[in-house]
Amino acid sequence: MRRGSRGLGELGVWPGYSPSNPHSISPSSPTMPTTCSACSASPAALRRPKTGHALCRACFLAAFEEETHQAIVAGQLFRPGETVAIGASGGKDSTVLAHLLQLLDQRHGYGLRLLLLSVDEGIAGYRDASLAAVRRHQRRSGLPLHVVSYHQLYGWSMDRIARHLGPRNNCTFCGVFRRQALDRGALLMGADKIATGHNADDVAETVLMNFLRGDVGRLRRGAGAGPAGGEGAVPRCKPLRHAYEKEIVLYAYFQDLDYFSTECVYAPQAYRGYARALLKELEAARPSAVADLGHSGERLSLRSDLRMPSRGTCQRCGYVASQPLCKACVLLEGLDRGLPKLGIGKHRRLRDKLRDGQPLTQEERRRLGAPLIFCKLL
Amino acid sequence: PKRGGAELLFDGVKKHQVTLPCQPEPWDIRNLLKWIKQNLLKERPELFIQGDTVRPGILVLINDADWELMGELDYKLQDQDNVVFISTLHGG
Repeated sequence: MRRGSRGLGELGVWPGYSPSNPHSISPSSPTMPTTCSACSASPAALRRPKTGHALCRACFLAAFEEETHQAIVAGQLFRPGETVAIGASGGKDSTVLAHLLQLLDQRHGYGLRLLLLSVDEGIAGYRDASLAAVRRHQRRSGLPLHVVSYHQLYGWSMDRIARHLGPRNNCTFCGVFRRQALDRGALLMGADKIATGHNADDVAETVLMNFLRGDVGRLRRGAGAGPAGGEGAVPRCKPLRHAYEKEIVLYAYFQDLDYFSTECVYAPQAYRGYARALLKELEAARPSAVADLGHSGERLSLRSDLRMPSRGTCQRCGYVASQPLCKACVLLEGLDRGLPKLGIGKHRRLRDKLRDGQPLTQEERRRLGAPLIFCKLL
Repeated sequence: PKRGGAELLFDGVKKHQVTLPCQPEPWDIRNLLKWIKQNLLKERPELFIQGDTVRPGILVLINDADWELMGELDYKLQDQDNVVFISTLHGG
């Protein structure tokens, strides 16, 4: 493949030469490994996606840690004395994040009080297993851990929502509920800030999704790439937002970090999958695309004559909202009334009818996701 | 215990010690993938293999080194080589 032999060429090694067999012409001869471009001593263990540089394991680990530290300092993400709740799912990104923040805080004296905050959405076979990984991390790291559950907060687990709604739109609920759940958990733990493990690939996918859906409100807020400060009750940061997913996985692999690695059972139907597939194709053609998309998103500016949603508070729960009711309350109302699609898609007229106490027709109830059995009563 | 995620497509078995049969064509990663698809992959081949290479998002390490440094599909397998497939396609 082109990339492997170009790596050898960059280091000035005559392609095809192998010391054990000078007559060999194979460009991928295993007896001629690439040497680390940083220390020029050890054999390279990976090719960095953004730059194409080949680094050995030790130099890569050092570079990754140092770059994360620089991103934290340059972005002024933390202040001494702050309590930071790390959104910990047990997955690769949050495990690396928690490991790194603890390490860098000790190494560079950030002066932080670190906590682990997990959300239990109530997805059998998935979340219970990943929470086990968080608990193992908690035992090894000694950091305090708090778990908030959807069932506790909302009276609805994701599995129960999926049973009422079907598997396609339930991811909408999960994203909205998780955001609030993290805020509530952070407030309970006395945290000043929430740190999440979003990586460069996540950010790039979000930028693509916001464009694909014409989500002008989010595009204005940096297309999902900008610093998330004002979106919820508790300020947030993404210390790994410049880190390529490949490097996060390899960092965890080389450090032998224990994480949970299965796709959520509902993920195959989520819209993000399309953006993700597109991103992977784009990255294969031009690896810098991942970082460049984040770059574009951060620097986006919208036309000044656009009407933007304004920021207020929810009439029911007081959470941040651009409508009279926050999205979580609208979704919950739908679930509690047996009309699970109330918050999915545009149903303003029907929502107004409900608020005014007017009865809905069977057809209208069906459109809002009421179970068919009730509609078919003859 | 380390789990990359891809083992779910292989009946949950993480580690496979394989002895590849002698054949006239050289054993490179390209042929190894074909062999894996025929002999080890238990379900959803499209989650692991796309065309003649791995699905984008699956990392490949040969003896703990990035396959991009070793010639990717063209790498010629040596006796006792250790090939690791890590899936990145899940939440973090």
